Amino acid sequence: MSTPRLLVVGFGNILLGDEGIGVRAIEALQASGFVDPRVTFIDGGTSAMDLLDTLAGVDALVLIDAVRSGLAPGEIVRYADAAVPVALRMRASSHQAGIAEVLASLVLMEQAPGVVVLIGVEPLVLEMGLTLSPPVAAALPGLVTMVLEEIRRLLP
Amino acid sequence: MTRITIDPITRIEGHLRIDCEIDNGHVTKAWASGQMWRGVEQILRGRDPRDAWTITQRICGVCTTVHAIASVRAVENALNLEIPLNAQYIRNMIVAAHAIHDHIVHFYHLSALDWVDIVSALRADPAKASALAEGLSAWPRNSRHEFAAVQERLQRFVGGGQLGVFANGYWGHPAMKLAPEVNLLAAAHYLQALEIQRKANKIVGALGSKTPHIQNLAVGGVTNPIALDSQSVLSMERLLMIKAHIDELAAFVNQVYLVDVCAIGAFYADWTAHGKGVVDYLCVPDMPLDTRGETFAMPGGYIPGGDVAAYHPIRGFHDPYFREGVAESVKHAWYQGDGKPLHPYRGETVPNYTDFVDNGRYSWVKAPTFYGKPAQVGPLAAVLCGVAAGHAPTVRHFNRVVETVGALAKQKIPLAALHSTIGRHAARAVRCAVMVENLTHNWQLLVDNLAKGDLTTCNKPSFPAGEITGVGFHEAPRGVLSHWVVIRDGKIANYQAVVPTTWNAAPRNDNDEPGPYESALVNTPVANPEQPLEVLRTVHSFDPCLACAIHLVDKRDGRVLGIGRS
Repeated sequence: MSTPRLLVVGFGNILLGDEGIGVRAIEALQASGFVDPRVTFIDGGTSAMDLLDTLAGVDALVLIDAVRSGLAPGEIVRYADAAVPVALRMRASSHQAGIAEVLASLVLMEQAPGVVVLIGVEPLVLEMGLTLSPPVAAALPGLVTMVLEEIRRLLP
Repeated sequence: MTRITIDPITRIEGHLRIDCEIDNGHVTKAWASGQMWRGVEQILRGRDPRDAWTITQRICGVCTTVHAIASVRAVENALNLEIPLNAQYIRNMIVAAHAIHDHIVHFYHLSALDWVDIVSALRADPAKASALAEGLSAWPRNSRHEFAAVQERLQRFVGGGQLGVFANGYWGHPAMKLAPEVNLLAAAHYLQALEIQRKANKIVGALGSKTPHIQNLAVGGVTNPIALDSQSVLSMERLLMIKAHIDELAAFVNQVYLVDVCAIGAFYADWTAHGKGVVDYLCVPDMPLDTRGETFAMPGGYIPGGDVAAYHPIRGFHDPYFREGVAESVKHAWYQGDGKPLHPYRGETVPNYTDFVDNGRYSWVKAPTFYGKPAQVGPLAAVLCGVAAGHAPTVRHFNRVVETVGALAKQKIPLAALHSTIGRHAARAVRCAVMVENLTHNWQLLVDNLAKGDLTTCNKPSFPAGEITGVGFHEAPRGVLSHWVVIRDGKIANYQAVVPTTWNAAPRNDNDEPGPYESALVNTPVANPEQPLEVLRTVHSFDPCLACAIHLVDKRDGRVLGIGRS
């Protein structure tokens, strides 16, 4: 059996403040010193459809995105498997159509990941600007720890 | 009278909203309203012009690469900087691969389901579907076995309640006219297209170091390290891998995409009479083949009144005919300023929101004009300019489409049929086939140039004191994209992007002339105002970079009647 592959993809538009939290998390993870040949960190930016090739056939997928769940700004929420597409459609993630469609396309291609986890961060500011709002910036270290724990859980 | 509103679901690129008044089964009046990029120049002002492209390629959620290309070209234009041949070829290959990806995804995954009834495909006879497909094309994956397997896969998908991407289609709508076998053929190619589009993305990734959001550009060229015998950089091995992907794309585009568009066009030949709209067409030349941007693999220019004989070419990156022709009006847009339309170098973006006022301001999109007139941009403009310029690859693929559709529909297809909803799809397929040739051609030019020993990839820019201005244009998958930069003492003083969807989704302009979407929608038939599939067909034929959902608002009480798919 081949080595399992885990992808961590951060989505978001870094020009729209907290919208970029997924990409900022990937930057922090890449700078964290964590290295495992089975794990790849990807800045998914804004164009989900461009990631179809990258996501096809991976064993586990961890998505990080700004997700409106009605929590306090900076709070983190976790969804798994069947709850992910629902969350992407219902919870007003900014990239809802794109990622949900790509996941559905992977199912149709029979190359969907075995496990999908979405880690969402409640945004505060979604306006033009390259920086995160204070509560979301403050959540970043905890977010990184949570993603690393998720990786260890999925790939013991 | 019923009023329909097509409203936004995504805020990444801003919103697109379409309002239509429908009377007696036809659209009588339409408005396109949008919100895009308000304030991007605020982020760019004061920055180093060499960094602008890394920011601009994040402004849109769908068209990423194109804003990187237009941005470096704008700064290079201001500096009058020459670009090494290797850099032009590598950029051209990225441009072509991105365009091919975009066109395939647009046709199969974003718009085919306006015409193809997936549920009906479940009733098809795979043997008949295969016979039909094999009569149209030599493509090897049209067998009865393949089609039966696709039908089983769809059955599992639908039977498992997992309609997913197919969840919100207008299945069974009276405007769906294809036989079950044609629907099955299209469904099979929808699935094959999901696989093949990945090849185009692999090319962008291999050359751009990353996808989405390429990393290899620089003002002055590209940063690809080249060594033909190395493993880690752009090597001969990697170039051969790219060539293998190109060949697979070429087979699919020529044997499947182009053929499917012909078939669907022939079965829906009545749609050559709908969706005409603005017939002043604008396209810019692209795929520069020299260091100065004076010779191009693809022609561009302006066609007034749909008359190809009146074609006026745009001759290069420095041609004042383009630079001096563009202006933007905010008379009907939510920005301050009531005076004359402004040239992009002097463009202002100060908001002035008023709510949606039918005869007043109703959009965040400005109304761009070319010498005072609205213009339609996109593959149809590119193909008409190609035909007008006698561009051999365009003429060849265009003739093939006209002959194939004519044979299937048993009627002669005039050039005028292109001014339509279905014409825009046909033109996009023609342009995609031309792009495949360009990709192959630029691959060969790069390999040949490297073999000569030229490994130069970048000319270092240096910024003078004082003010300089530049425009970078690019014929993107959705049409003319231009970035306009004013640089003062080496820093960005003003920046404006005039994007394809701004041209096509423009509101009324200074003279109250409607934009291309607004104009194209008038007279579109609508069988059932509660399911205005026909409106989506025409809007989607432009390949808007904005997702939209349909909300039906009954004019009497403002009730939302239904929600359609994006």
